[in-house]
Amino acid sequence: MTAPFSWIKPEPHGIYIPPADCWVDPSRPVDRALVTHGHADHARGGHGETVATPETLAIMELRYRTGTENDAGEIPHKAVPVQYGETIRLPGGVDATYVPAGHVLGSAQILLEHAGERVVITGDYKRRHDPTCPPFEVTPCDIFVTEATFGLPLFTHPPIEDEMAKLLDRLAAHPDRCVLVGAYALGKAQRVIAELRRAGHKAPIYLHGAMERMCRLYEEFGVDLGELRLVSDHSKDDIRGHIVICPPSALNDRWSRRLPDPITAMASGWMRVRQRNVELPLVISDHADWGELTRTIREVDAAENWITHGREDALLRWCQLHQRRARALALVGYEDEDD
Amino acid sequence: MEEFAALVDALVYTRSRNEKLRLIAEYLRATPDPDRGWALAALSDGLDFPAIKSSTIRTMLMERVDPVLWTLSRDFVGDTAETASLLWPAPDHLPSPPTVSEAVALLGGMNRKFVQAELPQLLDRLDASGRYALLKLATGAMRIGVSSRLAKMAFAQAFDVSVEEVEEYWHGLDAPYSELFAWAALGEAPPDTENLPTFRPFMLAHPLEETVVDLADYAAEWKWDGIRVQMVRAGPKDNESTRIHSRSGDDISATFPELLDVMPFPAVLDGELLVRGAHQGGEAGGAASFNALQQRLGRKTVSNKMLADFPAFVRLYDALILEGEDLRERPWTERRARLEALMPRLPDTHFDLSQVVEAHDFAHLAAIRDTARDEAIEGLMLKRRDSPYIAGRRVGYWYKWKRDPLLVDCVLMYAQRGSGRRSSFYSDYTFGCWDGDPDAGAELLPVGKAYSGFTDEELKKLDRHVRQNTVNRFGPVRETDKSLVFEVAFDSVHESKRHKSGLAMRFPRIHRIRWDKPPHEADRIDALKALIRD
Repeated sequence: MTAPFSWIKPEPHGIYIPPADCWVDPSRPVDRALVTHGHADHARGGHGETVATPETLAIMELRYRTGTENDAGEIPHKAVPVQYGETIRLPGGVDATYVPAGHVLGSAQILLEHAGERVVITGDYKRRHDPTCPPFEVTPCDIFVTEATFGLPLFTHPPIEDEMAKLLDRLAAHPDRCVLVGAYALGKAQRVIAELRRAGHKAPIYLHGAMERMCRLYEEFGVDLGELRLVSDHSKDDIRGHIVICPPSALNDRWSRRLPDPITAMASGWMRVRQRNVELPLVISDHADWGELTRTIREVDAAENWITHGREDALLRWCQLHQRRARALALVGYEDEDD
Repeated sequence: MEEFAALVDALVYTRSRNEKLRLIAEYLRATPDPDRGWALAALSDGLDFPAIKSSTIRTMLMERVDPVLWTLSRDFVGDTAETASLLWPAPDHLPSPPTVSEAVALLGGMNRKFVQAELPQLLDRLDASGRYALLKLATGAMRIGVSSRLAKMAFAQAFDVSVEEVEEYWHGLDAPYSELFAWAALGEAPPDTENLPTFRPFMLAHPLEETVVDLADYAAEWKWDGIRVQMVRAGPKDNESTRIHSRSGDDISATFPELLDVMPFPAVLDGELLVRGAHQGGEAGGAASFNALQQRLGRKTVSNKMLADFPAFVRLYDALILEGEDLRERPWTERRARLEALMPRLPDTHFDLSQVVEAHDFAHLAAIRDTARDEAIEGLMLKRRDSPYIAGRRVGYWYKWKRDPLLVDCVLMYAQRGSGRRSSFYSDYTFGCWDGDPDAGAELLPVGKAYSGFTDEELKKLDRHVRQNTVNRFGPVRETDKSLVFEVAFDSVHESKRHKSGLAMRFPRIHRIRWDKPPHEADRIDALKALIRD
């Protein structure tokens, strides 16, 4: 008879499951890794075996083979695909089930079960509609391991329709310019494009070269992004009056000089606070805002909540005020401000 | 209020100075009196509502939000007004925003007793942008990248008048500046400032840098390290009054009461406010250090002990107006002669004359400047002999030639988030020097703090360095792993109780970031102590 939950150990470099000798989202190479989603701070290269959704595995393969971003390692040595809703049995009698997290294409929460005890590790998640991935599912459990990227009560993401209207209004007001939207290459970019299409924007959307492969991969998985063009194939005049999407690092880069007098926009949850060097802030996030985080903790109603990367202090305080057991995990290596 | 809030937001997100000018000018043209006057005051000099302070907002929010959550949020945002505007619980009715004038009247009518009941009602009438603009306006510190100079330029641009005229009339008037708008927008007679002790914009100097000048054309003076002031005496005959204006035009008369009854005639004089002592230039220099003057700054009331311990006087540089005669168009030599002739009529207890530094040629002057550090003087001023007194900074007339800064290698220890536009960045750095041999277990002790001297690109890299090398967090402060060396430039170093090292630097700024230098090669405390000249 072992002590309750002795089979799950938060370590600085990830969450370790001793009976299965495997790690969840480890930040350094390990023999066996369960990966929640494809963002580089969760999905590192160089593991012996990687267990993830087919979408996440495809994203990892693309990233670590092409080396376009965070060239952290190699392609997974052995890739084990798990569909949403599917359970796989790990050594030591641990079952892992992948449940949609609503964060980006392929993102999953991982439900771990052992000796009648249930632990859910969310990775990153949100509760809002996203045309590029299935919605978060509330999964009852004993321990709920939640992210806290936007874990401060001031973070309220506005309806995405409002942000799209802001973007399209600005575009219409400046037909001789273009609006350059900084968005993370995995997830945010495709969601912004898909939401623009949902808002009825049918014109071609121009891409920075670093965005292309990920967009194509989304399309292969059935996400319709409409007509996409590469900036490098077109002249300044072609791009006037159009939307251009680039990685945030390219916003003020020399690259943007080829564009027709761009209005710089940034799509990020951090835009809630007036701060960044942009002209058009778009408050769009793939993470849960404060309301979503607290609502999710309530709905999951776990006996204990473990809070990982982000602003865990505030969420911890909220749990305390609402008589919910909680503790902060000191995981290292997760991007502080990746949104 | 919606238009003002929209203007404030647009200004926050606009980088281009010309675009800022255009936005403000457009607002000033489109907005009726007196709203535009109040808005202009809020953007430039700021409005003062004694019942509303940062602490008022904090108290108000702590009644509505858990205090811990409030503090964590405030630390993250770095700005009380903005945090409050974001955390304010949205009312369930539609906003019914007041005009700017109505908001100003309501805020002005609040007192400490009722502010906690009345301010919330006002906030409930606004959306998040409106709450932000209102709270910024109410606490008097907009900090949205609009200097009062920029606001005046925008005013001049809006109504196609000269900015010098705007500056001159401005300081004689109070918000909402009805006479100023009547003059500029409606073509009425300009406000009468003749008999008012109003501020005339200062003439300023460019750094000399690599320029070499001919001393036949330029005169040199020491650059004294006090605060630049304009002494103005004006008013109806036998009922004149004196005002002391700081460099920004602020009225600091109340801080220096001993100087208010010592000008026996109406005039506008330019000089350096100093405290008596023998620090700058020794006995002959006659001025205490800036540290001593600092004891006197910012006080609304002054004790007799303060007056006795730190007696203030003005070292005169220039005369702008003498007994009704405007000298500003005249060459510097003529103004100087008039000033010299004036000295016997001024009490030497409270005035002296900034001496001209004589040198054979520029090389000789450079050699004299090299003695400035030992003399504890900031440097030299070079003034073209034929220069008129012109508001602002014009190339070629006046130069400042500061002594070279001191340099020392320090190790980054702590970083704190900046304010305003920098609130997402760790931009304020505390650095230290070794208290002995770092290879023999010496420790770093903080010696100073700097938040300038680097480019935006470098700031991003520094911010990343801080985030990736954090070993400890204390609220908004992060302790780093002490792996990065800064070459810090500073003007001078003094003994101080503020830092554990017992040292404090004057004007420290990051001179170079030494990504290449190992921390154990940074300087020791002793090296810094050797530079003290107190």
